[in-house]
Amino acid sequence: MLHTVNKSPYEKNTFESCIKHAAKGSAVLLIEDGVYAVLKGSAAAAKVQQAMGDITFYALEPDVNARGLKGKVMDGINLVDYAGFVDLTVKFDRVQSWL
Amino acid sequence: MSDEEMMEGGVQKKFCYINRKAPYGTIYALESLEVVLIGAAFEQDVSLIFMDDGVFQITKGQDTAGIGMKNFSPTYRALEMYDVEKLYVSEESLAERGLTADDLLVDVEVLNAEQIRDLMEQQDVILSF
Amino acid sequence: MKFTIQVNEGPYTHQASDTAYNFVKAALEAGHEIYRVFFYHDGVNNATRLTTPPQDDRNVVNRWSELAAKHNLDLVVCVAAAQRRGIADADEAKRNGKDADNIAPGFRISGLGQLIEGGIQSDRLVVFGD
Repeated sequence: MLHTVNKSPYEKNTFESCIKHAAKGSAVLLIEDGVYAVLKGSAAAAKVQQAMGDITFYALEPDVNARGLKGKVMDGINLVDYAGFVDLTVKFDRVQSWL
Repeated sequence: MSDEEMMEGGVQKKFCYINRKAPYGTIYALESLEVVLIGAAFEQDVSLIFMDDGVFQITKGQDTAGIGMKNFSPTYRALEMYDVEKLYVSEESLAERGLTADDLLVDVEVLNAEQIRDLMEQQDVILSF
Repeated sequence: MKFTIQVNEGPYTHQASDTAYNFVKAALEAGHEIYRVFFYHDGVNNATRLTTPPQDDRNVVNRWSELAAKHNLDLVVCVAAAQRRGIADADEAKRNGKDADNIAPGFRISGLGQLIEGGIQSDRLVVFGD
């Protein structure tokens, strides 16, 4: 399953709820304000790091760049564009948008 | 496809509504319930999950007289008549909020995070509100 | 692959409609089929042709209309959500005794059943919202 998260981890518990309920082998794509979770050295990045063994993390690059996070994304995050977003929804059987 | 999977007029899919927002502060809970009620006519295999602040949608004792909005919580009790009977609630979300199943106005099955994870993995279509 | 897209937020306040638009465009470019785009909650505000953004900004509403015209998209606005928020086509305006309609080209007003049906008919349902 593909999960998307569009909230900053500092604003709502959306990101936390998502990683708590994402099964092993699933993917989490951070979009919109969700991309703040992968800012290098941040509190949320530590949580991403912890979950990385079981979950593959992606971030939407246009959203990363728009927010000035280019070059500040933690290691191990796969950056995708909108075409890559579409590909992920094809690759996984279903999409759960954490709003 | 087996006969069981074929319904009148087409395929039966597993539809899951994930409710994570409290009522009244925003309209999402009410309009989500409207989707569930309309969706019931399509005779799909429907599950509702209440988690995070979504558990507040189905707590007893809601009284909206003072805010001039309609109290739509009794409608959750009517879901049974629409054959929407699979209601699940997050154990952790209840506990975090100091609630138990006794505080809820409908019969639900309480699930832990792992069980919710498994349930979500079994779905065909997930509608998130 | 066949997609139904749900858009839950109006233009400009939240990025959801922009993300949905960029997703739909990329899906079409990759050769996928967009079975339907369903506008719900404040998402119905994507359908008012009275929107007038500053000239140096994107026009979210026109952009949907143009994409619909180009790719024959089915843009559906939920009738109940639209009535609450004052989005009407000519028929709806007449039925409810209103003096004007405001729906943009390419959008149509219909029931919530269209969302469920989209979920049944499509391979994927992707929700954008807040």
